[in-house]
Amino acid sequence: MKRLLPLFAMLLLLGSARAATPLPGDSIYNLKVQLTDQDGHQQLLSARRGRPQLMSMIYTSCKMVCPMIIDSMRLTRNALDPATRAQIDLLAVSFDPARDSVATLKDYAEKRKLDPRIWTLARTEPAQVRQLSGVLGLQYRQLPDGEFNHSSELILLDADGRIAARTARIGKLDPEFVEAIRKVVAQPRG
Amino acid sequence: MRNRLALALLGLMLALPAVAADYVALPGGRFASVLPADGKAAPAQIAPFRLRTEPVTNAEFLAFVKSHPEWRRDRVASILADQRYLSHWADAETLGSGALPRQPVTRVSWFAAQAYCESEGARLPSWYEWEYAAAADATRRDARSDPAWREKLLSWYSRPSSAPLPDIGGAPNVYGVRDITQPVWEWVDDFNALLVASDSRDQNDPDVLKFCGAGAVSLQEKENYAVLMRIAMLSALQAADTTNNMGFRCAKPE
Repeated sequence: MKRLLPLFAMLLLLGSARAATPLPGDSIYNLKVQLTDQDGHQQLLSARRGRPQLMSMIYTSCKMVCPMIIDSMRLTRNALDPATRAQIDLLAVSFDPARDSVATLKDYAEKRKLDPRIWTLARTEPAQVRQLSGVLGLQYRQLPDGEFNHSSELILLDADGRIAARTARIGKLDPEFVEAIRKVVAQPRG
Repeated sequence: MRNRLALALLGLMLALPAVAADYVALPGGRFASVLPADGKAAPAQIAPFRLRTEPVTNAEFLAFVKSHPEWRRDRVASILADQRYLSHWADAETLGSGALPRQPVTRVSWFAAQAYCESEGARLPSWYEWEYAAAADATRRDARSDPAWREKLLSWYSRPSSAPLPDIGGAPNVYGVRDITQPVWEWVDDFNALLVASDSRDQNDPDVLKFCGAGAVSLQEKENYAVLMRIAMLSALQAADTTNNMGFRCAKPE
């Protein structure tokens, strides 16, 4: 235990050093977005700083392309070697906060067997959904019947929340995107 | 007694413009937008709302920047506003000769416009709200079939973009809304939602998936191309973009 103490101290120091580094101007974490995940935990989007994120936006009642987005995220993660895989988190934020309650997200995560240690399904308030889609460059539009039209892309954020790569290839693997994840995970943080 | 009442009424009338000049109530209802609600032909349903009578001016935006320094042009995060953000101001907290106080503020990003509206307890109007308010002229709620209305909207395009912007204070439309089609274009809340594919199941070509929106939405009233051009313009922008002639106004719920 005694030996561990200096290690803890070092980790604490490292942690505070990271927090003190100013956010790059092109980081999406400059946006204040309050996320609530499938377990009801609240977290600022910027709290995800420190690990690369594989993310997209979906809505759970979507029957067409959203299940394919989730499948593509899983497919992409599975294409990574285990060491790289362990370094990234998966995040899907809902376009549809009116219908995607915490309980709905939870239910969806369980049905789709999305391991909560890897996957965060999150909702945020409508104004923040629009802001988030703005920084991500995703388009969406609600139709009178409650469905959404939206662009479908997987986006890779580096550890500081900068968009490092994106792919619109949904339903099958994009090898270039997988390679981009490997590179981002491998790059030393400065 | 009667005199006092009259005085009180007079006082009220004098006081009203200062307060009520800010936002006016619009009834909303069914509205035949150039952009069908379902991507085919359905009219839009617009809930009653209030709209700022005038676009936000340089002076107003300067006051906002002073009280919200994170929106100074030298401090704003680059992901929220591009390089040209407020670049026509003399410096971060001075308008100078290139930006008169009563001119509409331009070179503001969608994020900045949204933050400003929030500071007024408001939001950006939706496209439908904007299009609905802009459909009126001085006497009619929907003047869009009148060639004179179209001519006015189109005349905007003939004004050289290098010409200095006039001050706001144009004639009010039937709702009391001023300067909505001139002299600047205005951000709307859902600017990035206007041309989205109504069916994104076609997975064969990723580029088609990404860009088929423009072809998938059927636009109504094709003769109304002055309005359609605005949609095309808004759809081409990213939320951090700023342009010489893009300003904004805010809206509130009823």
